[in-house]
Amino acid sequence: MAEKEIQVVQNIFDENDRIAFATQEKLGKMGVFVVNIMGAPGAGKTSSIINLIQQLSENKVYVIEGDIESDIDTVKLKELGIEAIQINTNGACHLDAPTIQSSLDGLSFDKPGLLFIENIGNLVCPAEFQIGEHIKMLICSAAEGSDKPYKYPLAFEKADVILLTKCDLKTYVDFNDEFFLKGVRALNKTAPVFEVNAKTGQGFEDVAGWLLQRKG
Amino acid sequence: MHEYPITEQIIKIASEKAKENNARSITRITLVVGEQSGFIGESIQMYFDIISKDTLCEGAVLEMENIKAKWYCPDCNIHYARQPFSFACPDCGNDGMPTNIGKEFYVKDIEIETE
Repeated sequence: MAEKEIQVVQNIFDENDRIAFATQEKLGKMGVFVVNIMGAPGAGKTSSIINLIQQLSENKVYVIEGDIESDIDTVKLKELGIEAIQINTNGACHLDAPTIQSSLDGLSFDKPGLLFIENIGNLVCPAEFQIGEHIKMLICSAAEGSDKPYKYPLAFEKADVILLTKCDLKTYVDFNDEFFLKGVRALNKTAPVFEVNAKTGQGFEDVAGWLLQRKG
Repeated sequence: MHEYPITEQIIKIASEKAKENNARSITRITLVVGEQSGFIGESIQMYFDIISKDTLCEGAVLEMENIKAKWYCPDCNIHYARQPFSFACPDCGNDGMPTNIGKEFYVKDIEIETE
């Protein structure tokens, strides 16, 4: 019997990333632009999706709703006539590439357009996993406070675009714009930050314009 | 929950490499875990002890090499550990930039027993 050491050096995310790349490539070829929507519970992810879809009315939009156990958001989207499916993770804190890949059959993809994937409400784990997206959109509400970039740096670092929601609450929650933006810019030099209000729809036209430009 | 599928992946990577090398068993797996990888060594260990049963990895020692997260200041050309609630370089006080140091998460090597 002999003992020997074997070099491995294999990234534990390799398999997930390989599947994510295949999904991204497949949907990209079909003309479907994939947006991974990350944010804390209650940040306004679903409301932002609804506002964006209203602005993107010329485009076919698909939604995958990730949730731990409910289908409240999917029911809401379907009532609005949006093609949506539900994934329940039964406790898991994020979506991953195999889960998304196996759920794609649930959507028609009969036209080119955009696919919004609403990740689990969590500012930590979703930032660590590629799921097949072309871009990551981070939804962060003013009500959560201006210290979030400092407390959840990876989500801000990985974001391609940041939406600051519930901006009408800024004065009530003493939101410090300067502190927030300083943190965002230290972590991420390029992601645009859009201030929005899902109740009035304010700001979403600009986000939709940016998305379409990025989609190409 | 978060560490469970990741631990399965570690066992898969180690077992495949061991089989390629005609191993009878794996005695050690070394993981490199960055502080900002989002993974907790103790939690991986807990799942590992359960999931590795009846695999080539059963009984293997799981070793972790932890790596501290570092930021980079382009003005001073130094790497530094950031303080809570700040991204400032300790030398010049300007905000630096994040790096990949501290985000590592990979299987570095394994030790196997052969016939």
